[in-house]
Amino acid sequence: MRVPLSWLRDFAPIEVPPEEVAATLDRLGLVVEAIDRVGQGLEGVVVARVSEISSIPGADRIRRVVVDAGDADPVEVVCGAWNFNEGDVVALATVGTVLPGAPGPITRRKMKGAVSNGMLCSGAELGLSEDHAGILVLPSGLELGARFTDAMGITADVVFDLDITPNRPDAMSIVGVARDLAAALRVPFDRAGPALDESGPDATSVATIRLEAGELCPRFAARVMTDVVVSDAPDVVARRLTLAGMRPINSVVDASNYVMLELGQPSHPYDLDRLPGGGLLVRPARPAEILVTLDGVERRLGDGPHPDCLICDLEGNPVGIAGVMGGASSEISESTTRVLLEVAYFDPMAVARTSKRLGLRTEASARFERGCDPEALELAAARVCALTAAAGARVSAGAIVEGGVPPRRRIRVRPARVNRLLGTSLAPPAVTEYLEPLGFTIQAEEPDAVEVEVPSWRPDVSEEIDLVEEVARHHGYSRIERTVPLTPQVGSLTTYQRERRRLREVMAGAGLTEVWTPSMLPEGDHALVGLDPAHLEIENPLSRDETVLRRTMLPGILRALRYNAGHRNVGLRVFEVGHVFPPPAPGQRLPDERELLSAALWADGDDAAAAVRLWRTVADALRLDSPALVASTSAGLHPARCAQARVAGEPVGHVGEVDPSVVAAFGVEGRVGWLELDLGLLADAPRHPGSAQPVSVYPSSDIDLAFAVDEGVPAATVEATLRDAAGELLSGLWLFDVYRDATVVGEGRRSLAWRLRFVALDRTLTDDEVAEIRRRCIEAVESNHPAALRG
Amino acid sequence: MTDELASTVTDAIEAIRSASSLEALRQAETAALGKRSPLAALSRQLGSMPAEQRKDSGARLQEARSRVSAELDRRRAELEIAERSRRHEAERMDLTEVIGESSRGHVHLLSQTRDELEDVFVGMGYRVAEGPEVETDWYNFEALNMPPAHPARGMWDTLYVRWGEPESTVMRTHTSPVQIRVMEAQSPPIYIVAPGRVYRRDTPDARHLATFHQIEGLVIDRGITFGDLAGTIETFTGSYFGPGIHSRLRPSYFPFTEPSAEFEVTCAICKGDGCRTCSDTGWVELGGCGMVHPNVLRAVGIDPEQWSGFAFGFGIDRCAQVRHEIADMRVFLDNDIRLLSQF
Repeated sequence: MRVPLSWLRDFAPIEVPPEEVAATLDRLGLVVEAIDRVGQGLEGVVVARVSEISSIPGADRIRRVVVDAGDADPVEVVCGAWNFNEGDVVALATVGTVLPGAPGPITRRKMKGAVSNGMLCSGAELGLSEDHAGILVLPSGLELGARFTDAMGITADVVFDLDITPNRPDAMSIVGVARDLAAALRVPFDRAGPALDESGPDATSVATIRLEAGELCPRFAARVMTDVVVSDAPDVVARRLTLAGMRPINSVVDASNYVMLELGQPSHPYDLDRLPGGGLLVRPARPAEILVTLDGVERRLGDGPHPDCLICDLEGNPVGIAGVMGGASSEISESTTRVLLEVAYFDPMAVARTSKRLGLRTEASARFERGCDPEALELAAARVCALTAAAGARVSAGAIVEGGVPPRRRIRVRPARVNRLLGTSLAPPAVTEYLEPLGFTIQAEEPDAVEVEVPSWRPDVSEEIDLVEEVARHHGYSRIERTVPLTPQVGSLTTYQRERRRLREVMAGAGLTEVWTPSMLPEGDHALVGLDPAHLEIENPLSRDETVLRRTMLPGILRALRYNAGHRNVGLRVFEVGHVFPPPAPGQRLPDERELLSAALWADGDDAAAAVRLWRTVADALRLDSPALVASTSAGLHPARCAQARVAGEPVGHVGEVDPSVVAAFGVEGRVGWLELDLGLLADAPRHPGSAQPVSVYPSSDIDLAFAVDEGVPAATVEATLRDAAGELLSGLWLFDVYRDATVVGEGRRSLAWRLRFVALDRTLTDDEVAEIRRRCIEAVESNHPAALRG
Repeated sequence: MTDELASTVTDAIEAIRSASSLEALRQAETAALGKRSPLAALSRQLGSMPAEQRKDSGARLQEARSRVSAELDRRRAELEIAERSRRHEAERMDLTEVIGESSRGHVHLLSQTRDELEDVFVGMGYRVAEGPEVETDWYNFEALNMPPAHPARGMWDTLYVRWGEPESTVMRTHTSPVQIRVMEAQSPPIYIVAPGRVYRRDTPDARHLATFHQIEGLVIDRGITFGDLAGTIETFTGSYFGPGIHSRLRPSYFPFTEPSAEFEVTCAICKGDGCRTCSDTGWVELGGCGMVHPNVLRAVGIDPEQWSGFAFGFGIDRCAQVRHEIADMRVFLDNDIRLLSQF
């Protein structure tokens, strides 16, 4: 919302400097995003006519321009713009001028041998528009040498660009901002306008209004103007509309727009002669009704789950979408002589729904959907008529008003409660003193509370807490003493959260770098990694690359590898911790989101074995009890190089290698080791107890055993047998050699060699004891597995 | 004997001094003090000497041996030092010609930032809560005082998930639903922060990504005031951004808090003097906050007359951007290792 200071001053005597106005607005929550100083610093800019344009030898971007600025002597300048011709009238900033926002004055300069005695200005340089592209070409006929601001009727002003929060429809108007500002600056505020000359025939004799919209339009007011001369709006109206960012159109439409900005109440003028039946009917839209709106677009109404409100002529033909946009058929034109003005209070929710469904947001709908002032219809109608009449029109007597004013809300506010919530110690009168200038009126005073009536322009205030906020705003947030509550608990992370942090550190220590890939994937990604296409879809994706919720991080991580490969960052090891979204079961309200750790090992030589080593590192770091790998398959992984990771027999994830065809499908070269752990399952997995295991002071004994074991028998099962057979004296067990050679080990077998270390806590083991254990181990392995000790 | 002894000693010392290796020194030692050495021979002559002469000669002989031994020790020490340094020199390495870079990986900058933010609040006595990223309309909007079609819903561009009734399932647009989940699960007092990933239907630009990360704070206790909120924000600001960085609150609007505020912190670039980053205001906007709206408390069955509280939320990514001077947030979309490995 762009708010000119001069316009605010129509309603309150605001005399403090613009900087203080801006600071006050900020403190009130009417956040000033920019301050534009219009028409300032232009004293040295004069009207001039281009009399000659010539090229400068050796320069292809700039030209020599001679202008006539009304003096006897022509002025020579150098100009880099090309959008004008000899004879055009332009704005010349003379030497010494400091333009708005410029770092210093314009000086006489020599460029490529030409002398520049000033500057021809663009709209942006003059602070009048955003246009940097070329210089501003002015209407011909202006007096040469005249001061630019005088010739153009520009008055110096300050425009505050405000960001109005959606709860403050009242502040989407000049009067609303002025009221808040006046209260904060403690100056009087008055929104009453001049009296209206109603010399025309009685409005009800000219037009008819039928209100058949029930809840959609609680209140409707109309006025009639005859002998209308559609012309340009008065200068002040056109200038202020421009400053506020709206384009002047004609005296009737401009008056309506002006009042919308000023009072926050939209209105709509109809050409009464283009309304069959001479009036308006307000009713809900019937299914599939069609209307061409002012912007020339055909709109279909009445099809949504909620009713749309239509404005129709008395024959029932739609002429406008209530609160959103008028129709093209009854638009004001240069030939309009009789105007019917609509000023209504529409149900905010209804306007919001219609506007959203049509995807059509207008200045009017933005105000209606937040809630206008149902009591301000007459004031707004009179104001529009007065402004229209100023450009030529006769106003009919009286307004036609249908529907009633909803009762004003009353709220009890307890000063003690205000203080308890804010941490202030305001006396009860101080509380009401903040509220009264805003239009709240005291209705009754009780010992501990005050009953106040909420003004009709504050639909956002419906309970006590809303008044607490008003008091806080006008007291000043910065004046509230800062305190820090004493927490009754010790701050901490959960075990899960601590372990997740540890996992990240373990990954980083193992050489992996964390990536964050998108939670949403393109449609085909799950199929590419071999998952069935059962996934949650995004109803309204922003791009085709993010249409389904990921069930795995594999596609995202492979894409990250490919991106890096494209920049010659190869040999990466990366991991991600994030959510995946398995499709919910029917009847389930939300997906059973899982938090996963996924790791991809793509450094030189990395494969499934590297992933297994990473898994072992994780198992060690988290002190997992009895971690194990069991051959398995998982979508996207190499079916012959994949194992399920288990802890104490329960699955926690998968380890292996990405299927080479999947790797290739994502444009990555080489093998990619893969580890995927479900952090939720991992959290439930049993851990080693925290108690320390004693370490023996006696010497230990090692034995090495190599077995020829059938392919297909996992080393882990042989190892489990060894561990069992070795008994309690076993202190270490390592697979240290794997060897394949059919001529040596036998067809379909490989050699697996383990080192077993034994130690007792209380003595040195004898050779006989160790030999006995060795015998037991060999026997156990040979009798339980297709395996034989190698000599 | 005297002359003979003197020249023997001189010869022995000469031989010891000229020994150029420990092996040569051992030979010199044998030659000077061994059984076949002139000194040994002189010792053997002592027995045949008269008693008074023997005593005198014995003493001289002993002195000569001592001198030779001392010289041996001195020379041995010299040679040992030389030998050690010869060995060291033979093993000399140019440590700057070692091949291979740091093999450590990197935790993501945004994870590090999140951890650090969590730690600040844990230090202030808060616990860390989390919630799902796919949410129901109830948690994301309705329980947060935004009934269906509430105009404030337009403050967030929502991604809807095709599940259940139309528009009933959403990608959470903020971490605030975690507030509701915590209040449903736990009675006051509540002191938590809730970090996590959130989603908007937004085209990414230099300062915003469509998927980003927030941290939310919630305090519910007896007698919690707006002053507590402002003080907590200030304490956090100083603790995370460092001394000299302060906070200020200015009125704003969120449906789930009232009074609501935006909070800004001193611009870290210019320390509040005004610069381009802060548009010459000296302040940068960090997040939103306010007193928990009574309707939110009622929605989870907490009596707003008994309990009050505040909530705040801000972007984790934004904190990282401010602190690490990241010009364009979109660099994080690529997962470029050259960026990730800087932190």
